[in-house]
Amino acid sequence: MNRRHFLQMTALAGGGFALALYERPLARAMGAGQQAAGQGLSPRAFLEIHSDGTVTIKSKNPEIGQGVRTMLPMLIAEELDVDWSQVRVAQAELDEHAFGPQFAGGSMSTPMNWEPLRRVGAAARQLMITAAARRWGVPEGECSTAAGKVHHATSQRSVSYGEVAQEASSLPLSDASSIKLKDARDYRIIGKPLPNVDNAAILAGKPIFGVDVKLPGMLYAVFQKCSVFAGKVKTANLDHVRTMPGVRHAFVVEGTVKQAPIVGSDPGIEPGIAIVADSWWQAQAARKALKVEWDEVAGSASAAAQSSAAFEAQAQNLLKQSPAHTIRSNGNLDSAFQNAAKIVEASYSYPFLNHATLEPQNATARFNGGKLEIWTTSQTPGEGRRYVAQQLGIAESDITVHLVRAGGGFGRRLMNDYMVEAAWIAREAKSPVQVMWSREDDFAHDAFRPGGWHGLKAGLDAQGHVTAWSQHLVTYGEGEHTAPTADISGDEFPSGRVPNYLIGHSAMPLWLRTGPMRAPGANAYAFVGQSFVDEVALAAARDPLDLQLELLATPVANGSGRPSGFNAERLAGVLRQVAEESNWRNRVRAPGRGMGIAAYSCHSGYCAEVAEVAVDAENRIRVNQVWAVADVGRQIINPSGARAQAEGGILEALGHMNVEITLAGGRVEQTNYWQYHLPRMRHTPKMHISWRITDNPPTGLGEPVMPAAIPAVCNAIFAATGKRVRSLPITQSGFSLA
Amino acid sequence: MKLTVNEKTVQVEASPDTPLLWVLRDSLDLRGAKFGCGVGSCGACTVLVDGRPVRSCITPVSAVANAKITTIEGLSAEGAHPVQKAWQQEDVPQCGYCQSGQIMAAVALLSRTPNPTDEQIDTAMQGNLCRCGTYARIRSAIHRAAGQTALRD
Repeated sequence: MNRRHFLQMTALAGGGFALALYERPLARAMGAGQQAAGQGLSPRAFLEIHSDGTVTIKSKNPEIGQGVRTMLPMLIAEELDVDWSQVRVAQAELDEHAFGPQFAGGSMSTPMNWEPLRRVGAAARQLMITAAARRWGVPEGECSTAAGKVHHATSQRSVSYGEVAQEASSLPLSDASSIKLKDARDYRIIGKPLPNVDNAAILAGKPIFGVDVKLPGMLYAVFQKCSVFAGKVKTANLDHVRTMPGVRHAFVVEGTVKQAPIVGSDPGIEPGIAIVADSWWQAQAARKALKVEWDEVAGSASAAAQSSAAFEAQAQNLLKQSPAHTIRSNGNLDSAFQNAAKIVEASYSYPFLNHATLEPQNATARFNGGKLEIWTTSQTPGEGRRYVAQQLGIAESDITVHLVRAGGGFGRRLMNDYMVEAAWIAREAKSPVQVMWSREDDFAHDAFRPGGWHGLKAGLDAQGHVTAWSQHLVTYGEGEHTAPTADISGDEFPSGRVPNYLIGHSAMPLWLRTGPMRAPGANAYAFVGQSFVDEVALAAARDPLDLQLELLATPVANGSGRPSGFNAERLAGVLRQVAEESNWRNRVRAPGRGMGIAAYSCHSGYCAEVAEVAVDAENRIRVNQVWAVADVGRQIINPSGARAQAEGGILEALGHMNVEITLAGGRVEQTNYWQYHLPRMRHTPKMHISWRITDNPPTGLGEPVMPAAIPAVCNAIFAATGKRVRSLPITQSGFSLA
Repeated sequence: MKLTVNEKTVQVEASPDTPLLWVLRDSLDLRGAKFGCGVGSCGACTVLVDGRPVRSCITPVSAVANAKITTIEGLSAEGAHPVQKAWQQEDVPQCGYCQSGQIMAAVALLSRTPNPTDEQIDTAMQGNLCRCGTYARIRSAIHRAAGQTALRD
């Protein structure tokens, strides 16, 4: 097949600043993507047009529940001008040269693919027109298309794509930049609420997930790691384990994690013991007979002494001091606080979190003649392949990666530890192997959302304007360097909008993996900043909406020369709209009932939310309603999928408010869902979701709706009870979800 | 050991304490029921035993030898069960991993309570975790399957 590449990828629309939130896995995936992008995309990689009129469209990115297997093919199908009923979707294998960047993260699938995938469809449509025009001997300009057919109105002829596909396949590809894309008014697929293309398979229980992969002769493995991060095996009763039913192999993996002041998201293979058996249950049952003596401090002398209580004490001490590292400062904070008519001070905190994807981490690996094949649910399969190649010492070109639907991602599968484990164990066992983690493995060995503490202080003048603001983040890291996703930006709201301003951090060493979790950074900083704005507004006797709008209308001071990171008018726009839709100005104020408002911009999206809660005499909270208004540009591609992401973002926020991961003796204390109370059916509020359409390039929705929901609910709790939630989970303040 | 699964009698080789989930997935190649937690707290493994929703990850196969077991694969040939159809019409799934368990729990609910209230739905479904947050659509789909007007906004 002619693989001539002709379409140039366009620059990343609105992608620049979202990336700063990520650590290496995604950054590297992006790097790989940009390399591939230079070589262009061919419709011939993405499309198969069959003679029966059906069209197979490859979906390039990993599907983790965010709906890209429906949304990305819609972009191609629209410009190709076929009926959606003609479309069959197939998963692309990992091939970033053919498909461009293939990852699921940072709400980037929409902004990175909106333009190039429509051009893929349009280029293919042009081939169909050219082929038909040549067959008929008429000018291309007289031909049109609809529903998978080329028409020539003058002669009243038409031909289906399938009938000219063969001729089209030998045509040269034209210059993509000369192809005119459809006007939005002519869309027949984009903008329609289309159901998930995998619904039929999901609802029939078809084996489409990572754990459903089954290969001939495949064995199943569990991998027991030390409950203290990177602890090593001293001794183990492997001879006994090998006698257990179904067990084929039991061996020690020495591991490759190196001592370092900051632990990476994927720092190398953790040491442990692999048990390989005929079935997963047999491997798991054999693990119960395993007796191991661990060297818990093999990775770090401090490992076994780490505890949440000790971190809390250390953080409270650091909060009393100035930030060790200044990130941004403007004006003169000391004199501004001295001259302030009123000062508001508070400290906020939030815990480590586990991603807790419902499908446990898993991967399937098979070696054959020196070549490796891996079936993975990774969100960054290209990064996963590099990691496997590096850890096993084999060439990337000898590794084939199959992308398999993931039972949830939330950022967990940006890390690729399970891929490396499967490859390593399959090589040792000399057999195809599926590694699946138990839930207990998953709770103990995440790359956790880092916890943090914030000391905040604001100064108000006599008119209730904010004149000074300082924010001190106590986080994990060393010196100015922070653990993955434990950093904060100098552009954090209201940076640049308050004349006297300081943001900085102090870091505590941590011997544990941290990593990105849905809306990294934002999922914590929205809670802190938007709750404190509510406090400041109260102190100024002003409506928090008015104070926010005033800050957003303030021209950004360019003292540091930094961009503000977001468009203030777009954030103000969603705030005004959500206030109107929720009737915020006329909100009911009654004991035990309250409404709260918050807004946040992240991942190129803008979202404002109002929550309405009821709190009973036992401090049990029912979130009755949430209004969310999001601005993700000029086009909602699939309204049903988009709305699903917004609904999921709000439920994710309720989860973040209600759970925590704590450490004692260097170990994670939570072992399973019964100690980690994620929302259930009864916690689901009525959700009013709407879009603010603005003339901006379309951006993603996996993340932007999530962050503001937490402070909206916490501010509503304050309105209902007069009690401020300054520490998550809400149980820290005596609340629970009813 | 003999089992009755989806109205067929099948012979399986497994130690009596093997959880039903692994017999279904490994011995019978019915992989619709999922492993999520291994302790009966997420509901991803839910199947019906004599019409009642059961967490197959903590149910020893020996305990169901004389019972009628129904899995998602046994609901209908091609997703035609009213509950499956309602799930499609409400476009419920996000990642989809929990949905076979959710559907089986909903089928059990509707067989006992043909027209459940929101409260009855909340109670019946509380053992089924959806990590993506599809609960609002699940609730609408249950109402739809029950022949009621969907209550979603």
